[in-house]
Amino acid sequence: MKISAIITLKKDVLDPQGKVIHQTLEGMNFKNVNEVRQGKYFEIDVNENDPKKAKEIVEDMCEKLLANLVIENYKIIEIQ
Amino acid sequence: MKSSVITFPGSNCDRDMDVALKKFGFKNKMIWHNDNELPKSDLVVLPGGFSYGDYLRCGSVASKSKIMQSVINFAKSGGLVMGICNGFQILVETGLVPGVLLRNKYLEFICKNVFVKLDNKDNPYFKNLEKDIFKLHIAHNEGNYFCTEDQLKEIKDNNQVAIYYCNNDGKIEEEFNPNGSIKNIAGILNKEKNVLGMMPHPERMIDSCLSGEDGSLFFKNLLNNIK
Repeated sequence: MKISAIITLKKDVLDPQGKVIHQTLEGMNFKNVNEVRQGKYFEIDVNENDPKKAKEIVEDMCEKLLANLVIENYKIIEIQ
Repeated sequence: MKSSVITFPGSNCDRDMDVALKKFGFKNKMIWHNDNELPKSDLVVLPGGFSYGDYLRCGSVASKSKIMQSVINFAKSGGLVMGICNGFQILVETGLVPGVLLRNKYLEFICKNVFVKLDNKDNPYFKNLEKDIFKLHIAHNEGNYFCTEDQLKEIKDNNQVAIYYCNNDGKIEEEFNPNGSIKNIAGILNKEKNVLGMMPHPERMIDSCLSGEDGSLFFKNLLNNIK
């Protein structure tokens, strides 16, 4: 099964890259942007047919490696 | 005294550290990241560099490498483990010291000399040092120390701050903070004070002709403390 997960910075963590992207967008005349936060996206193909189990495996991966829970949150966004 | 420096793919300060340790009397061994066992050591050093190309998050992949389980066990049994720069990033990823190192506040790679002030000397690394303010070199892109409010309180309550960025008079203020680190923190100890992570490189300040001698003071003192 293919599982997609996104990792985002927690709300109170400074995201300087997001800020620069925001400023660049404004410089390009995208005037209606409130905030930009940059994150990471993973597609993981797991050798498991049970969606619930596959999701659990990727959640475990997120907690142990893919995200640093001091500063980041993870979310499983798609299972196919 | 025996020391071990761990080399990861992408480490680039491992040999500088080897030179520094040997210069001041350590019998140093270089240990490959894929080894399982640490040799008998009085000090283990995780050197600076760009382990695994800084993939995922700096230090995250190295923190899961084979040798690290032995390093973690060594630290948990009270052994001295010091992480410099990328080594500090690896240490936070193992959870041996609290917090994380984010991208520098102004998105620049910073390479310059800075002053740091020791916070307390009640640990094997700084005990007996006469000076409080040291001139050391930093070179990093992700040195912006961050932790949660709760962690910060715990760090302060347990006297875990090792060093702060300051000016040459030891003033700890935001204008002397090179990278946006919370409270100007440049280095952190674990609760038990046997694990030290810091961004500045003492191994780059061991020669008065090339750079400075503040690193020499640190290594000489460290050796005496361990003896």
